[in-house]
Amino acid sequence: MLRTLIGSAVVAVSAFSAAQAVAQDAVKIGLIVPLTGQQASTGKQIEAAVRLYMAQNGTNVAGKKIELIVKDDGAVPDNTKRIAQELIVNDKVAFIAGFGVTPAALAAAPLATRAKVPEIIMAAGTSTITEASPYIVRTSFTLPQSSVVIADWAVKNGIKKVVTLVSDYAPGADAESSFKARFTAGGGQVVESIRVPLATPDFAPFLQRARDTKADAIFIFVPSGQGGTLVKQYVERGLDNAGIKLIGPGDVTDDDLLPTMGDAVIGTITAHMYSAAHPSALNKAFVEAFKKANNNLRPNFMAVGGYDGMKLIYDALKKTNGATGGDTLVSAMKGMSWESPRGPVSIDPETRDIVQNIYIRKVERRDGELYNIEFETVEAVKDPVKAAKK
Amino acid sequence: MIDAGAGTAAAPRADVGHGFAARGHWRPPEIAFWLAVLATVFLVPSWHLILNDVAILGLFALSLDLLIGYAGIISLGHAAYFGFGAYVAGLLAKYWIADPVIGLIVAGSAAALLGFVTSFLVLRGSDLTRLMVTLGVALVLREIANQLGWLTGGADGLQGINMGPILGLFDFDIAGLVAYVYSLIVLFFLFVLARRIVRSTFGLSLRSVKDNPMRASAIGIRINARLVAIYTVAAAYAGVAGALLTQTTSFASLDVLSFDRSADLLLVLLIGGPGYLYGGLIGAIVFKLMQDWLANLTPQYWQFWIGLVLVLLVVIGRERMFGWTLPVRAYLERLGARIWPDRPAPARKQ
Repeated sequence: MLRTLIGSAVVAVSAFSAAQAVAQDAVKIGLIVPLTGQQASTGKQIEAAVRLYMAQNGTNVAGKKIELIVKDDGAVPDNTKRIAQELIVNDKVAFIAGFGVTPAALAAAPLATRAKVPEIIMAAGTSTITEASPYIVRTSFTLPQSSVVIADWAVKNGIKKVVTLVSDYAPGADAESSFKARFTAGGGQVVESIRVPLATPDFAPFLQRARDTKADAIFIFVPSGQGGTLVKQYVERGLDNAGIKLIGPGDVTDDDLLPTMGDAVIGTITAHMYSAAHPSALNKAFVEAFKKANNNLRPNFMAVGGYDGMKLIYDALKKTNGATGGDTLVSAMKGMSWESPRGPVSIDPETRDIVQNIYIRKVERRDGELYNIEFETVEAVKDPVKAAKK
Repeated sequence: MIDAGAGTAAAPRADVGHGFAARGHWRPPEIAFWLAVLATVFLVPSWHLILNDVAILGLFALSLDLLIGYAGIISLGHAAYFGFGAYVAGLLAKYWIADPVIGLIVAGSAAALLGFVTSFLVLRGSDLTRLMVTLGVALVLREIANQLGWLTGGADGLQGINMGPILGLFDFDIAGLVAYVYSLIVLFFLFVLARRIVRSTFGLSLRSVKDNPMRASAIGIRINARLVAIYTVAAAYAGVAGALLTQTTSFASLDVLSFDRSADLLLVLLIGGPGYLYGGLIGAIVFKLMQDWLANLTPQYWQFWIGLVLVLLVVIGRERMFGWTLPVRAYLERLGARIWPDRPAPARKQ
C-alpha cells in the first residue's frame, strides 16, 4: 500500500517536472496582423484560421508546446517593425508570421535576417517580398500568379482588347504589368491602363473611361474590401450591357464579401488560388469548421493563407524534431508539400514562395449563396515574376 | 503673462527681468521627470523599443506644441515635416552618408527649409484655412512620395537603409538600447532648446501674438516674421523626429506622411495639454503606453477603449481629472522652495 503510494507520488512528481520541462520548452509564434483599420478583415480571417488550426491539431508538436502571441499592427509598417522586434527580443519567438500588407512584410524582413527568425507571410502578395530576406517563406500567393493565368485564359477565349483598372500601389502595379506582358505576348491588346487611387470609394469616372474604350473585357484588381462597390458601379455604368466582361485576380470577388455583393456580380470570371466552394473533402471540412468557430463567417483566401502557414510551421517543427533556429527551420520548409484546403501546394525550394494550382472561376449562385465556382485548373503555378528572372 | 515674482511698479524693468529669469529655473518636478526618464534606460530594458517610439512621438508632439501652444497655429498636416525628415534621412543613409548624426542635421535642416517655404501659405487666413492648408501640404507630399516610386519605393516603403554606427562608435543593437538612448539625448537637447526659445523675449512675443494679434501688432511686434520663424523651427523639430524614426527602424514608408499620423499627434497633445512643453511628452507617454497596453489586452478593440478615454478626457476636462494631484504638486513646490530657498536669478542675456 505504502509502496504504491510512494510509487504514485514519484510518478506524479516526475509527471509534474516533465510538464514543467515542456512549459520551458515552449515554441512561441508571434502573429502580427492588422486587426484594426482598413485591412482589419484580413487580420480577422488569418487569426481565426490560425486558431482553428491550433484547435484542430493540438498545441504539442514534437514535444514542444506551441504558444501563440497575437499582435495588431494596424497595417502601419513602423508598428509592424517595432512589434516584430519586441517579439524577437523580449518574447524570444521562434517565428514571426502574418503580415497583412506588403510594406509591413518588407519592414520586418531585415529583422528576420538579423535575428535568423523565419518570417511566414500569410497574406501580402507582392512578388518581391520573398527576396527581401532568406528567412521569408510565403503561404499566401503572389498577384502575378493569378494575373498571368487570367491573361492566358483571356487569350484562349477570344478576348482581343482589354482595358486594365488597378489600384495604384505595389500589388496593383504587379498585377497590371504581369497581365499586360502575358496578354500582349499572346496576341492581345491592352487599349488603356487606368490606375485608381487606393483610397477611392468612387470608381464611376474610371469605369466610364473604361467603357468608352469599347474593349472586350476589363481587367480589375482592387484590394479585397473594395470589390463590392466596384461591381455595383460596373453595373450602374452599364458596362455589362455594353458587353465588357469583368475579369481579374480573385481579390475582387473575395469570399468574405461575396455573399453581400448582389446578383450584379454573377458571371464575373476570375483566377485565384482559393474559393470556399473548392470541391474537396478537406476544404468542405475546413469551411464547415471555420464557419462554426466564427459565427458563420465564410473563410476567404486570407484565411487559407493563415491556415497553411500554421500547417507549415507545425510540419517544419516535426521535421526538425522540435529544434528551432532560422536556418534549420527554413531548410526544413523548403520543398515541403501538402494538401491544403485550396488543393495541392508546395514551397519552392529556390524562392521559398508557394507553388499552387490557380483556378479559373465564375461567380454563380449555389444553394442560395454566391460562390466562385471553379471550372478550369492550371496546375502548380510558380511565381512568374521570379521565374522570369532566372 | 509674467506672473512668477512679478515686481512692483517702482522698478518694473528689473523685476520683469528677475521674474523672467526665475521662469527659466529648472523646478523640482521637471528634474524629477527627467530623472525618471533617465531611470527607464537602466530599469526596464525590455521596454526600450516602445520607449524609443514614445521619445520620438514626444519630440514630434513637442514640435506641434510650439505651434499650437505658443503661436496658436493649428495644424492638421504636421506629418508633412515629420515624413519629409524621415525620407530625407532614409535617402541620405541609403545613397550618401550612413552617419546618423549628420543625417539628423541634414533632415532637420531640410524640414526647416520646407517649413519656411510653406509657412507663407499657412500665414494666410484664419484657423480653418490653416487647417485646410496644412492638411493639403501633407497630402500633396504623401502623393509625391507615392509617385516617386523609383526614389522612395512608393507604397512598398523605402528599403535597404543601412544605418552606420552613431559617431562611428555605437552600432544600433536589436534590443533597442542604443536607439533609445540616442533618441533620448536628441529629445533632451531639443527640449532644452525649446525651453529657452519659449522663455526668451521671442517666445513671449509669440504668446502675445497668440493671445491678441491686434494688440501685439499695435505694440510693434512683427507678427508674420514671428510666425514664420516659429513655424520653421517647429518644422525642423518634426523633421528631426521623423529622421529619428527612420534611423532607429532603418525603414520609412508612406505612413510617415499619413493623415492619421497628424491626427494622432493632435490627440497626443490634447491628452498632455498644450502650452507648457511637457504636454507633448506626457501625452506621448500616456498615448503610446495606453495603446500598447490596450492592444495587448484586446488586439481587435483597443481603438474603442482609447476613443472612450479621449472622450472622457474632453468631457471631464484634464484639470478636473487630475485635480487630485494638486496638493501633491503644491507640496513638491514647497519642498523645492525649501531646497533652493529663493535662488538669486542669474543675469541672463536675452
